[in-house]
Amino acid sequence: MLVHSRKGRWAAWICFAVLFVPLFAVPLLVIVAASFATNWSGVLPSGSTVEHYAAATRGESLAALGVSLQTALLASVLALVIGTWAALSAASAARHGWVRRVLDALFVLPVAVPSVVVGLAVLVAYSRPPVAFNGTRWIVMLAHTVLVTAFAYQSVSAALARLDPAYEQAAASLGARPWYVLLRVKLPLLLPSLTAATGLCFALSMGELSATMMLYPPDWMPLPVQIFAATDRGSLFTGSALAVVLMAATSLVLFAVSRVRTRASYR
Amino acid sequence: MTETRPAATASPRTAPASTGPAAPAASASDTAERPGTGAAPPRTRGAGPSRRAGGSGLRLLWCLPPLLVLTVIFLYPLALVVVEGFRGGTGTYREVFASQAFTDALVTTVALAVGATVGCVVLGFVLALVVAFVPFPGSRGVARFVDVFLSFPSFLITLALLFVYGTVGMANGLWTGVTGAEEGPFRFLTTPWGVLLAEITYFTPFVMRPLLAAFAQVETGQIEAASSLGARPARIVRRVILPEAWPALMAGGSLVLVLCLNEFAIVLFTGAKDVVTLPMLVYSKAILSSDYTAACCVATVNVVLSVGLYALYRYVTGRAGRTGGTGRSSRRAGALA
Repeated sequence: MLVHSRKGRWAAWICFAVLFVPLFAVPLLVIVAASFATNWSGVLPSGSTVEHYAAATRGESLAALGVSLQTALLASVLALVIGTWAALSAASAARHGWVRRVLDALFVLPVAVPSVVVGLAVLVAYSRPPVAFNGTRWIVMLAHTVLVTAFAYQSVSAALARLDPAYEQAAASLGARPWYVLLRVKLPLLLPSLTAATGLCFALSMGELSATMMLYPPDWMPLPVQIFAATDRGSLFTGSALAVVLMAATSLVLFAVSRVRTRASYR
Repeated sequence: MTETRPAATASPRTAPASTGPAAPAASASDTAERPGTGAAPPRTRGAGPSRRAGGSGLRLLWCLPPLLVLTVIFLYPLALVVVEGFRGGTGTYREVFASQAFTDALVTTVALAVGATVGCVVLGFVLALVVAFVPFPGSRGVARFVDVFLSFPSFLITLALLFVYGTVGMANGLWTGVTGAEEGPFRFLTTPWGVLLAEITYFTPFVMRPLLAAFAQVETGQIEAASSLGARPARIVRRVILPEAWPALMAGGSLVLVLCLNEFAIVLFTGAKDVVTLPMLVYSKAILSSDYTAACCVATVNVVLSVGLYALYRYVTGRAGRTGGTGRSSRRAGALA
């Protein structure tokens, strides 16, 4: 306990509330409130309706949710495979320190490169004859995979670093082949981190707007682009309803993934 | 007490950053080396060095498939961007560097990023301090909330600010309701200040999370001791907590600096014509005016700026992971006692 006096503690708490509530709690509440409102010109929204949700769950908007879910699923599964493979091979190449450092640097590079530039790069590279992906859904999925692979790599290699080497040493000393150690010892121990990494990648891909704005074709419009289109033409309330749908879908998937994690950690 | 202090401060520091596990990666080299050298002896003792070298060479081959995929989907496109910028010599670069739009965008980007980072570091430190050291009912819930906040996209904040500070939003509604004026005084959303507020709001949790992890490592005994010796809270924060949390604070701050330099969605949603950052300039050159060569030039400058800073961030977190500021903080604690 840093502050002992009751008065001091209350002062700290009030200071915290004054900073925290308007900055972080209010924005999320405001979006939820706006999605149910017909009009907002005073302190509080007026009129309540579910019309925005009806609009947000039919036609174009429903299609956008489907597009986002499919893109995020494919991107996070691909990223998990590539990222896990890279992290495992980087960890096993520990004797060659430079290999590890090069892999580390290359695989986290997409975090440092602006997402808009990732979009531009994919657009420039895959709009020419050998592989002309431009105007198809695949270019969006490709860019999302690039963006989330870095996060998959980082989470898995952090988990590998925390892994107790005694387990695999014991398995190897009992005569288990490297493949057997990988499949029966390492991957099961890593499973909670792998599912957590998948959830993170999925959430990031669901909310990705920057690279998508550079790439999306008219027939593959993810939910964030739809939200931007709605707010850009002035329908803020429909935009909020779509945003709530996006947050709800993301949270549901994250919750489901965390359930998998707890069941795996009981084993 | 003198005996227990080194033991307490020498406790291994865990990952200071959530999104940047650079520290565990850096410290991994000592843990990860063990399976390679330690697991082998029972089986390869009689096999001789040649087999060992062959096995380790084969292991390196496993790095190739993911590296190949990364090259095809990311490194080759990125290289093309740099090459495309130099199409027709350095003429496009000279043109871009000479243009007022580029200079303005560069200044706006850097100023916004630095301002937002300072704001995030100060705000994040104060908030994390209260959550960790002046706990209240529900402070654990706040920590969970911070985690959830990180997984939401950034443009939600701008969307929310439109309702809070927009022309007909909450704040202006309150003002007109109380004073009876025609319209409210809050119209900063389409200025750089609106972007700054949104960025500080969105990125502060990125500072809070590593700080909360670092605060969990601070020995409560040190704080109790300092406080029983008569140090006031401000002095304890300055002399005990801040030195201990400094690496995490720097790591979080430099991550936020890079993320702010790259932020696009917040600026796009603000819809302000006079707030143009480098990513926004890339977007408008490429998509709105189809000038890909100029877009690639601006993109290259942005990449150099961000990647340079990110390399610095990795260096800082790498050091934080290895040495942790524990040596310095134990000296500081000694000076205090």
